[in-house]
Amino acid sequence: MAIEVNGKTYETDEEGYLVDLNEWNEDVAKLLAEQENVNMTDQHWEVVNFLREYYNEFQIAPAVRVLTKAIGKKLGADKGNSQYLYELFPYGPAKQACKIAGLPKPTGCV
Amino acid sequence: MAAPEFDVPELKEFRTIPRLAPDVMAHSKPHVASEKINEAIGFPGELVENWQEKAIEKMGDLLGKYRSLKVYLDSCVHCGACTDKCHYFLGTGDPKNMPVARQDLLRNVYRRYFTPAGKLFPKLVGAKDLTRDVLDDWYRYFNQCSECRRCSVFCPYGIDTAEITMAGRAIMDSIGLGQKYSNEILGKVNRIGNNLGLPGPALEDTLLGLEEDVKEDTGVDVKFPLDVKGAEVLLITPSADFFAEPHIDSLIGYAKVFHAAGISWTLSSKASEAGNFGLFNGSYEMMRKVALRIREAALELGSKRIVVGECGHAWRVAYSYWNTLTGVGAGGDDPFARQLQSQLDQRYKQPMHICEFTWDLIQRDVLKFDKEANDHRIVTFHDSCNVARASRMGDTPGGQFEIPRNIIKTVANKYFEMPHGTTHEQTFCCGGGGGVLTDELTEIRVKGALPRMEALNHVVQANGVNFMATICAICKAQFTKVLPYYKFNRGMVGGVHQLVSTAIQLGDK
Repeated sequence: MAIEVNGKTYETDEEGYLVDLNEWNEDVAKLLAEQENVNMTDQHWEVVNFLREYYNEFQIAPAVRVLTKAIGKKLGADKGNSQYLYELFPYGPAKQACKIAGLPKPTGCV
Repeated sequence: MAAPEFDVPELKEFRTIPRLAPDVMAHSKPHVASEKINEAIGFPGELVENWQEKAIEKMGDLLGKYRSLKVYLDSCVHCGACTDKCHYFLGTGDPKNMPVARQDLLRNVYRRYFTPAGKLFPKLVGAKDLTRDVLDDWYRYFNQCSECRRCSVFCPYGIDTAEITMAGRAIMDSIGLGQKYSNEILGKVNRIGNNLGLPGPALEDTLLGLEEDVKEDTGVDVKFPLDVKGAEVLLITPSADFFAEPHIDSLIGYAKVFHAAGISWTLSSKASEAGNFGLFNGSYEMMRKVALRIREAALELGSKRIVVGECGHAWRVAYSYWNTLTGVGAGGDDPFARQLQSQLDQRYKQPMHICEFTWDLIQRDVLKFDKEANDHRIVTFHDSCNVARASRMGDTPGGQFEIPRNIIKTVANKYFEMPHGTTHEQTFCCGGGGGVLTDELTEIRVKGALPRMEALNHVVQANGVNFMATICAICKAQFTKVLPYYKFNRGMVGGVHQLVSTAIQLGDK
């Protein structure tokens, strides 16, 4: 599978995750979000950017708790919980936000 | 990955047997594993050219190794006792999800190639050639079985349907038709040490974060040790406990129990996974390879006891197979297994379930609880299939049912049972076990959860239940996903040690 953004083709896997995370850019993220029916706001970008930073350091997406804590620090304590993340990414913060951030899908019993 | 569209079954007060809906789930199948994923764990990359011949050869191999498989394939008399016992049948009405019909997909082929009557008069005995259509049905319907073994409880011959599903999957793996979800995970656990693919530094960072959180919540320095040599207990827990919610709340519970009891413990970055998907795929070799990481870690760390966290099939593998696979528990007979045997403290059960561990401390009055801290919760308990039907806890029959319930009743005041026939050895699967916990199977997962959701709804309506405790990472992830489809709050599901965590008194400040 593949998606096309600004005339360039990006390979995705059978579930729509970007195959090469180095190819990711904001326009790709916007299209991936659109396919997920997610309207990207500043709050969404905070999450996506944090995911990418964390991934760059640890080669894995952060645990949900690590993410909620980081978002709580950035956006206010009332937003530091998974309920808020589900509001931003209704299909589930781990999988849907990772997809938009161009990261591989978390696997296992999650 | 936008939510797939399908009709969510209606919750009814009394369970009804659905009208038959032939092929209604024929579209449901998992993604096929890629060449890269398959080859990484030693399977052919894609469907081999002579797949038919190879599949029959593999079936013969399995029949030679496992007499049980042959007995199960030979002894079914089609009495029909199992037909309405499967949650996937009850949720979909697809007749191929009747356990007997699902088994027959393999049994018909077995008869054709391995029995005299089937070789000579195939039509008379319902024997079938292994055609591409048959193979496609295998791929669809052996991936619509969670290997929960509820049907086996009702089978007068005790036929273990799960073993037939496992054989079907093992044959498909051997010809290059593996499913992506399980096989990708097996690659990760072998490469990185856990199903998530969580590398050591990320695990360390996550655990440090948890220490901060618990300190903030309780004022107490509860540690989450990693790779500590000489710690008494090595805790083996599903990697979802490090990553997902509500799983992580049980991990915090385990840590508090160790802290309150003053028992030294450690996690291992090498063996940071209790789950063992080798079981789901029916691959003894894979199961052994995954389990051996735990032996290596235990030997390196010099652990005296091995305790297993809340994970259903992990406990089945640990309780039933670790002894001969690894030497945790008596039975393994190679130099490393013998070394581990002499290292482990034989005054304790090896391995021990975290619930056995906590219940033992409760009985010895080592732990103190503030039960009222759980008063906002009205609790019920969902028995996880592999714990309920494939293992035991404690020293008496039924310990696997009683011990988790005893813990809950010790730490919470309000507890109600779901209706008879939906719990204990007759428990209904969460709908996501056995390697089907993947997004492309959401429809069958939601529909398969119907019987459990109906039972839950009963205690929600009658008793106001707002928390369903369970001791399995798959159950937790599955319910978090499917509860909202039935208009329940996803936060209703959690772990037994999540309840322990809420009520336990840590003593020191």
